Amino acid sequence: MVVVARGLAKTYRMGEVEVRALAGVDLEIREGEFIVLLGPSGSGKSTLLNILGGLDTPTSGTALWRDHDLATAGEAELTRYRREHVGFVFQFYNLIPSLTVRENVALVTEIAPSPMRPEEALDLVGLTPRLDHFPAQLSGGEQQRVAIARAIAKRPDVLLCDEPTGALDYATGKVVLDVIARINRELGTTAVVITHNAAIAGMADRVLRLADGRIAGVDVNAHRLTAAEIAW
Amino acid sequence: MKAIDRKLVRDLAQMKAQAVTIALVIACGVAALVAALATYHSLRRSQEAFYVESHFADVFASIKRAPLALAPRIEAIAGLAAVELRVVHDVTLDVPGAAAPPVGRMISLPDRGLPLLNRLHLRAGRWPEDGRDEEVIVSEGFAMGHGLVPGDTLRALVNGRYQPLTVVGIALSPEYVFAIRGGEPLPDDRQFGILWVPRAGLAAAYDMTGAFNDLVAALAPGASEGAVIAALDTLLTPYGSLGAYGRAEQMSHRFIEDEIRQQGVMAQTMPPVFLLVAAFLLNVVLARIVAAQREQIAALKSLGYDNRTVALHFLKFVLAIATLGLVVGLALGAWLGALMTGNYVNFFRLPAMHFVLPPSVPLVAALVTLVAAGGAAIASVRSVVRLAPAEAMRPPAPRTFRRTFLERAGPLARIGTRARFVIRNLAGRPLRALVTIVGIALALPVTILGLFWVDALDHMIDVQFNAVERGDATIAFAEGVDAGVVHEIARLPGVRLAEGYRAVPVRLSAGHRDYRTAIVGLDRQGTLRRLFDDRLRQVAIPAEGLVLTDRLAERLGVRPGDAISVAVLEGDRPVREVVLAATVAEMIGLNAYMDVHALHRLMHEGDVVTAVAVAVDPAMADALYVRLKTFPRVATVAVKAAALDSFRRTTMSFVLVFTGILTAFAVVIAIGVVYNNARIALAERAWELASLRVLGFTRGEVAGMLFAELAIELALALPLGLWLGHEFVAWLVEISATELFSIPPVIAPRSYAIAALIVVAAAMASAWIVRRRIDRLDLVGVLKTRE
Repeated sequence: MVVVARGLAKTYRMGEVEVRALAGVDLEIREGEFIVLLGPSGSGKSTLLNILGGLDTPTSGTALWRDHDLATAGEAELTRYRREHVGFVFQFYNLIPSLTVRENVALVTEIAPSPMRPEEALDLVGLTPRLDHFPAQLSGGEQQRVAIARAIAKRPDVLLCDEPTGALDYATGKVVLDVIARINRELGTTAVVITHNAAIAGMADRVLRLADGRIAGVDVNAHRLTAAEIAW
Repeated sequence: MKAIDRKLVRDLAQMKAQAVTIALVIACGVAALVAALATYHSLRRSQEAFYVESHFADVFASIKRAPLALAPRIEAIAGLAAVELRVVHDVTLDVPGAAAPPVGRMISLPDRGLPLLNRLHLRAGRWPEDGRDEEVIVSEGFAMGHGLVPGDTLRALVNGRYQPLTVVGIALSPEYVFAIRGGEPLPDDRQFGILWVPRAGLAAAYDMTGAFNDLVAALAPGASEGAVIAALDTLLTPYGSLGAYGRAEQMSHRFIEDEIRQQGVMAQTMPPVFLLVAAFLLNVVLARIVAAQREQIAALKSLGYDNRTVALHFLKFVLAIATLGLVVGLALGAWLGALMTGNYVNFFRLPAMHFVLPPSVPLVAALVTLVAAGGAAIASVRSVVRLAPAEAMRPPAPRTFRRTFLERAGPLARIGTRARFVIRNLAGRPLRALVTIVGIALALPVTILGLFWVDALDHMIDVQFNAVERGDATIAFAEGVDAGVVHEIARLPGVRLAEGYRAVPVRLSAGHRDYRTAIVGLDRQGTLRRLFDDRLRQVAIPAEGLVLTDRLAERLGVRPGDAISVAVLEGDRPVREVVLAATVAEMIGLNAYMDVHALHRLMHEGDVVTAVAVAVDPAMADALYVRLKTFPRVATVAVKAAALDSFRRTTMSFVLVFTGILTAFAVVIAIGVVYNNARIALAERAWELASLRVLGFTRGEVAGMLFAELAIELALALPLGLWLGHEFVAWLVEISATELFSIPPVIAPRSYAIAALIVVAAAMASAWIVRRRIDRLDLVGVLKTRE
């Protein structure tokens, strides 16, 4: 088990209103698994991902990453966790506009304990010809592939993707999904992908359906589809 | 309140720290302007009030000895409204508790009634009673310096004998608002006092019965000063007049005028620095707000708000901050003005310091502030107007970055990615970086200007009293005496070295310009008084010809080699042509020197001295000064250490207040610039920095990347600021130089270091405040928004 969560709950105070984002989630993720978190807006999937990624802490419950409890970890410990073990891919890529493709990846490899070379990571996402371009010179799909290269270059234990295709067109979205699946398969990196696109569920080992802050259902795919085989 | 104005109030509240820091910079500029102008007007008003109250004379003259019978002829001079014929004599005093003998200037009071001109303002006690020759009124500064009150006694050395005197009154005189003795470099309330005494006794002691040796006169309205002076000179020259002169040459008056002028200079030079910085900050902050509120602007416009209303909305934002700064600045300026005016009480002995703030001052301050603020807003407001609603709804075009020249070629080719981040951000906005650097740099001249006075005064004291005047005391005689006295004094116990000088009162003229001063004849082998050029290289006294201080040469419009007409104002009053042999640099006074033998030849006289400078064994100094008090024919003994001590005491407290104010101002500038830049940098980079935090960068690393940029700007700003400080001081010194003083533009390395440290500390304090915001960056939120 890479991740074991028990009774995870999260309540936000938005001004005078209390928002219950997670209401008791139990979860286990095995090494090398491809997990899709499926659910509508407000179902709590991002909150869950943020807690698993060490960006947020739960109001109650435990979230064990190997033998560390992310729920009680301090700011410095969470930062180290993100730095050494987690790779993030976001809807808006979050690249640094003033750094080139290679430098955006180097930014992470320079602080990770045993990274691959930036060129190697960029080769895995097929961006070798674009090494010295700035983000503003790339298409959205290319930018997202840079973000993936940046996420995997540190050889993370887990790759967390929050709506990775949310800002992309159909064809580009499929290219990006293919890259994520390949990383999961070839490097054995555990991958957790958030989406509200049900079609993507077919690519996962397991699909966790979230609704109202709870896991409403779990689907196990006996046969994983490739990115080329899915359509929406 | 309209909804759009409510938005303004909320926007301001949202960024109150930035608004306040900018308002404070404006406040400093306004305060500097108001304080300087208030001090200017207050000094002017207080001076004028006293001059009017006391009937301060317009024309002055010293004569060797003239009969009182001349009075009707003097009074008949056309244009002369009133005249006072007095006996004035400098004597050595013996005041209980004073180690070095002070000099007292005894001025006669009329036999009957009170003086018509230069009336005394009695602070305590009473006027001397008729026939009581031992009763005196003492000047307030001297009385305070020695703790004298009515009823106390002191002794004056009159004609070699001690004469007891009783203090009956303490008074102020318009003639001695700034009590400095002619020929002395510094004022000294402990070493120089004015004693007003009944005429009869003083006249009897100095063979002036039925005669006078000093004249003060008032001009009739509309009378020509030049004509009256010419008439007086014609009348009095046969009686040994040193030449009548107007108020402009009266010592005390000149000092006050110089000081008032100085305040005028301050009012013109300091405020622009602050308002420039404030305008820059307003400009940058407003540009940032407009950028951040693009979509809101578009929304307002699409809702039907016209350009004028939207533009005015942002202009109001600037005006609100400017108004806050103006109000705080006016209050602060009035307070500082009162503080500075009050500080002059120790310098200028006036019956009352009237603090005045003419209504024109706040009006000028308001106008200047609004112009600066309005100017700062123009660019941003224009961009608001230009923005089409549809265009504003779209995100702005991404900034383009390139690899900088340095990274491609230079030593930076191999730097880490984080360093690149920092450098590209700097290079990506070169204008912003430049303006920030200049803004920070401007804090330094302000600090340096405050600190520099101490250095300049130290330097002046060091040069004047360690290099130029190396004697410990100067013994002056009432008139020229045989040079043999130098050897007599040299033999006194405690005297290590004695050198005689010959001072001759003269009027120097070249073309239509002239100046009254004294030529000091120096022994070319002498070591107690030396001359230097502007680079502190010693200048040998030429065997022939005149040596002038460079400011005097400039005033006369002469250069070495030019002929100067020297009209001697004593003895046979010869007029001769002398060639200017060299110029020297002296910071105090306009002086003239000659080889003593050449001077004797010019005067057709033998070996005569008027003063003796002595180097003294410190262990025996006190005994020596007591001995000198009774030495024959000695008029005064001026002790250097006493003068210096007193000068430091009065001046340094004055300077420290000034330094404190300017340092506080500089801190406000530094914090204003650094804090606002850090906040804007943070606002612009929040998305990037939060992204970096998500990627696993620690708070410290992220803060480091933001502050590295500031650190580089600071590192570039420091040398620029130090250089600006040097230039600013040099320029200020040049425009504020007076005839009596030229402040050396000397800045000690220590002052540069302190100025830099203050700015660095202010920058670090600002960074620390911003650092706490970095710690609170919203990591989750940043992932859900596009930049």
